[in-house]
Amino acid sequence: MNTSDIIRPENKVYGKTKLLTENRMHYCPGCSHGVVHKLIAEVIEEMGLQEKTVAIAPVGCAVFAYNYIDVDWQEAAHGRAPALASAVKRLLPERNVFTYQGDGDLAAIGTAETIHACNRGENIAIFFINNAIYGMTGGQMAPTTLEGMKTATCPAGRNVELNGYPLKISDMLALLDGTCYVTRQSVEKLAAVVKTKKAIRKAFENSAAKKGTSVVEIVSTCNTGWGLSPHKSNLWMKENMFAKYPLGDLKNV
Amino acid sequence: MEEIKLMKGNEAIAHAAIRCGTDGYFGYPITPQSEIMETLMDLAPWNTTGMVVLQAESEVAAINMVYGGAGCGKKVMTSSSSPGISLKQEGISYIAGAELPCLIVNVQRGGPGLGTIQPSQADYFQTVKGGGHGDYRLITLSPATVQEMADFVDLAFELAFKYNNPAMILADGIVGQMMEKVVLPPFKPRRTDEEVRRQCPWGTMGKLPNEKRHIITSLALEADVMEATNHRLQTKYAKIEENEVRFEATNCEDADYIFVAFGSTARLCASAMELAREQGIKVGVLRPITLWPFPTKEIARLAKQVKGFLTVELSAGQMVEDVRLAVNGVVPVEFHGRMGGNVPSAEEIFEKFKEKFL
Repeated sequence: MNTSDIIRPENKVYGKTKLLTENRMHYCPGCSHGVVHKLIAEVIEEMGLQEKTVAIAPVGCAVFAYNYIDVDWQEAAHGRAPALASAVKRLLPERNVFTYQGDGDLAAIGTAETIHACNRGENIAIFFINNAIYGMTGGQMAPTTLEGMKTATCPAGRNVELNGYPLKISDMLALLDGTCYVTRQSVEKLAAVVKTKKAIRKAFENSAAKKGTSVVEIVSTCNTGWGLSPHKSNLWMKENMFAKYPLGDLKNV
Repeated sequence: MEEIKLMKGNEAIAHAAIRCGTDGYFGYPITPQSEIMETLMDLAPWNTTGMVVLQAESEVAAINMVYGGAGCGKKVMTSSSSPGISLKQEGISYIAGAELPCLIVNVQRGGPGLGTIQPSQADYFQTVKGGGHGDYRLITLSPATVQEMADFVDLAFELAFKYNNPAMILADGIVGQMMEKVVLPPFKPRRTDEEVRRQCPWGTMGKLPNEKRHIITSLALEADVMEATNHRLQTKYAKIEENEVRFEATNCEDADYIFVAFGSTARLCASAMELAREQGIKVGVLRPITLWPFPTKEIARLAKQVKGFLTVELSAGQMVEDVRLAVNGVVPVEFHGRMGGNVPSAEEIFEKFKEKFL
């Protein structure tokens, strides 16, 4: 038997979604971004939303997200993605509009834009990668950096007297009347990946049903920034990140 | 017969925006221009033309909403006054870098800092020399009347879409707040989504089957790519400088002296010119209508036939630098300015002129 006997349509168990481009990803091996990109692309394809989707990329590691998912994209200024998305959705109300943002983008410099887009109940989806560190700029403290966690700008560990507390922004967003769905997921194992994919689908369905803003936080690893192997990063995330940022739905109406 | 209305400059901007088919307005209240959004909210154009009007949480959010809307090829605008315009500079730089059309209205007030709510023209440097980061230019129109507040909305959009570049109406608190008669522009329907796609084939309206996706970005990490982008921008700016200079010259051809002023100050200079002419002193007024591109060639031409220029501004002297560059030392260029919200009278301008030149 040779490979051409095996590679037949009836034997296919898995394929890469056509919505992921052939561009080589710039993300570090072990990074969660690649998995989340794939899930978003798969859901857009499965829901037949490619022609209707306008996505907004952040500033941070995912700044090049537009190179990887084959839909129309706008690249926002740092933290401003929800403002762009609000305008796009209001001007094109039948489009599927989402932002893809990291913790610095969404929970530090873009806090105002995030809260007010959610509070207006914009019919958009917000995908929020929380890896507790600034990956793109080389591992500085994020608003979600854990107490005691070492980064380039808190080399002795985050000291709450100096730096304040890790910001549980999804909990805040869940309090707002404009959000219909706020959930916290992860992608470190198959079961988690399946749940995250369901959350992404639900967010897009909520947008289509004009139910308000959906926020999907994905607690993620940054093995490069954390200085750990991908495997050890997953273990560290489970032990430390999940304690501060417990998984599950914060709001589902 | 034309319908003549009496209204504030700020109100005229709002009416004109609806009438010229604007798709979206995004703003944040600030004196002395809040009537723009108030008028829009009162007229509720979402019920008639379908125009979106949204009060944002900040000027930063408002300009980034404009960025998002402009990226779709939509006709979108914002308005603010000086401190708010400072906040918008990040977004303006991104919009210029991504080569998107939009309209920004600045009804200037006195600064620096929180300053005053009284009129000023001290944002000239910020507007025509940069303001935000990077080598970019803003097409800048300076209205002197309520009529021009109304007329320049459509003109600014026309120029913005012609060159895929942000355009600014740089007004001041006087033109924004004063009431004058105005003939509002005729109604023009908003473009359909198909028309938007045709006019702006680069817009993010959703990827069409068998077409490449559209990406709105100002990012290029490779130096050669970024330099090529800058060269493309500079070529565009040179074309705008060649084609789009606008000014109004009054009594300049026989003039011995010329007052150079923009916006409301040009009207005061016209009165001062009358005082001079009554005494047999041949004074003309040159009013730049586009502040960028600046009427450099016209000023250089006039410099060969006059004895001197007096530039009058509501600032410490900003446009006067461009006048001096244009005159290039051929004849004296003097300056008179008032600051902090104060406005010179025609008599004051005439007296200063006599002090400096006679």
